[in-house]
Amino acid sequence: MIRIEGLTKSYGATQALRGVSFEVHRGQVVGFLGPNGAGKSTTMKILAGFVTPTSGTARVNGIDVTADPVASRRLIGYLPENNPLYEEMMVRDFLDFVAEVRGIPRERRAERIRNAVDRCGLRAVLGKDIHQLSKGYRQRVGLAQAIVHDPDLLILDEPTTGLDPNQIVEIRSLIKELGREKTVILSTHILSEVQSTCGRVLIINDGRLVADDAPERLGKGEGGTVTVVLASRTGALLQADAVRAMLEGVAGVTGVEMAEGEGAGTLGFRLRYGAEDIRRSLFEAAVRADLCLLEVKRQHVSLEETFRKLTGGEASRGPQDPGTPSLAA
Amino acid sequence: MGTTLAVARREFRSFFNSPVAYIVIGVFLVVAGWLYFSTVFVAGEASLRAFFGIAPVLFVVFAPAVTMRLLAEERKSGTLELLLSMPLRDWEVVAGKFLAALGMVAVGLLWTLPYPLTVAGLTAEGARFDWGPVVMGYLGLLLMASSFLALGLWASALSRNQIVGFIIGLLLCFAFYFIDKFAMVLPESAGELLQYLSVDYHFANIARGVLDTRDVLFYLSLTAVGLALTTRTLGNVRQ
Repeated sequence: MIRIEGLTKSYGATQALRGVSFEVHRGQVVGFLGPNGAGKSTTMKILAGFVTPTSGTARVNGIDVTADPVASRRLIGYLPENNPLYEEMMVRDFLDFVAEVRGIPRERRAERIRNAVDRCGLRAVLGKDIHQLSKGYRQRVGLAQAIVHDPDLLILDEPTTGLDPNQIVEIRSLIKELGREKTVILSTHILSEVQSTCGRVLIINDGRLVADDAPERLGKGEGGTVTVVLASRTGALLQADAVRAMLEGVAGVTGVEMAEGEGAGTLGFRLRYGAEDIRRSLFEAAVRADLCLLEVKRQHVSLEETFRKLTGGEASRGPQDPGTPSLAA
Repeated sequence: MGTTLAVARREFRSFFNSPVAYIVIGVFLVVAGWLYFSTVFVAGEASLRAFFGIAPVLFVVFAPAVTMRLLAEERKSGTLELLLSMPLRDWEVVAGKFLAALGMVAVGLLWTLPYPLTVAGLTAEGARFDWGPVVMGYLGLLLMASSFLALGLWASALSRNQIVGFIIGLLLCFAFYFIDKFAMVLPESAGELLQYLSVDYHFANIARGVLDTRDVLFYLSLTAVGLALTTRTLGNVRQ
């Protein structure tokens, strides 16, 4: 469906993309993640046929977006960042205009518009001017505009930015539904959105692709934390320092910190571990120390942590760029 | 072609949805009307000479006012991204905008039709009102408007700011109006070249009732140059 090879883009002296290559197969819902200015929007703009790449190729269904832009744009529904719309137009007129420019023949236009209106729940506002609409409705108009010609590929640049939680849930379920029959690429910096809607994540940083995997597999094999709550089997008073020393001795544990217990006579710890699973050795160590495990909870490295690690959220960014990506979770 | 017309129709409608349309056309009609009345009733002359004589100056201001928002506004609000990611060639977008602008000017000119009609009615008995220069004059106005609108459209593409678009458009149109006004101080060959480049000079020919292909060709080429430059500038927006 999409094949991008060695895509670069520079705006004057700034390099927005430094060689991005990936493929997306039909029917996938792909989440595009990255800090602001990483190149997500640029990649989407190129794919949508708005911006010309400096070098490299992008193909949609085998059609090169620079060589045959009109044909490739026909296959694509695009919701640009910030959802620009003709504010002074009525919703009905706007969709009619888009449908006409999209080349839907007159006799099928009414039906296509009705379909898009129903899916996006716009029936009630058809006769309103776009500037009168709430942000949630505007976003739905943007989506309706993108699906009115029934495209194979949907490109949605930050479709949920600026919406309240209820609207986010609505738009997300709409995207999920659309993703059942279409290929969808969406960008966001809401990581939970990726986990809930996308089957695949591409993380882009500083113009390069740094990760490409299923959201639940990202960060696997990179360790995580195990939270334990311990109590003495014999009823003896627990010495926090002694227990901590015991835990630090467990094979595979790379760090120990105190956490909440469950009340008197219990102690809670959070253990970091590397690649190997520590639960078995933890159990054996606890038995040897006459301790009873009331709770063992393992957590893989979260998508947030993977994201921060891959995009250099802590320290590894260039000195001229002090900005840490802000994550709205 | 159909898509070009769709762009033109949308633009035309949204122009008349905004108060700017009524202000621009209103001012145009007030000025044109004043010129008309001052000739016909004060000088007692049954012709539209004064109207056609001053129309080029009027259009120097009027045309960029019509075109100033056409592309600047889309760049500013971001809708250009929407438009340029639709299955349209860049020149189709430009042609659509241009046709809409021409339509707006035509609507403005439509409101001046009562002038020749009343003048024809007022013509002294026995004398015949000469329709030739009037028809040619209107045709000339449309041709001149085309070239000014094409230049104005280019100016609008250059900036995100409508006012900047207006001022650049005004300067461009004014340059093509003014270019032959100091021709007499130059050597003859240079003077002739400047005269050929003058929008005013060609209009004077047509308004006299003479339709020369050279004049028509001049306007059409100036229009083509303006539209080509606009298309080029849109291409640069994609960079």
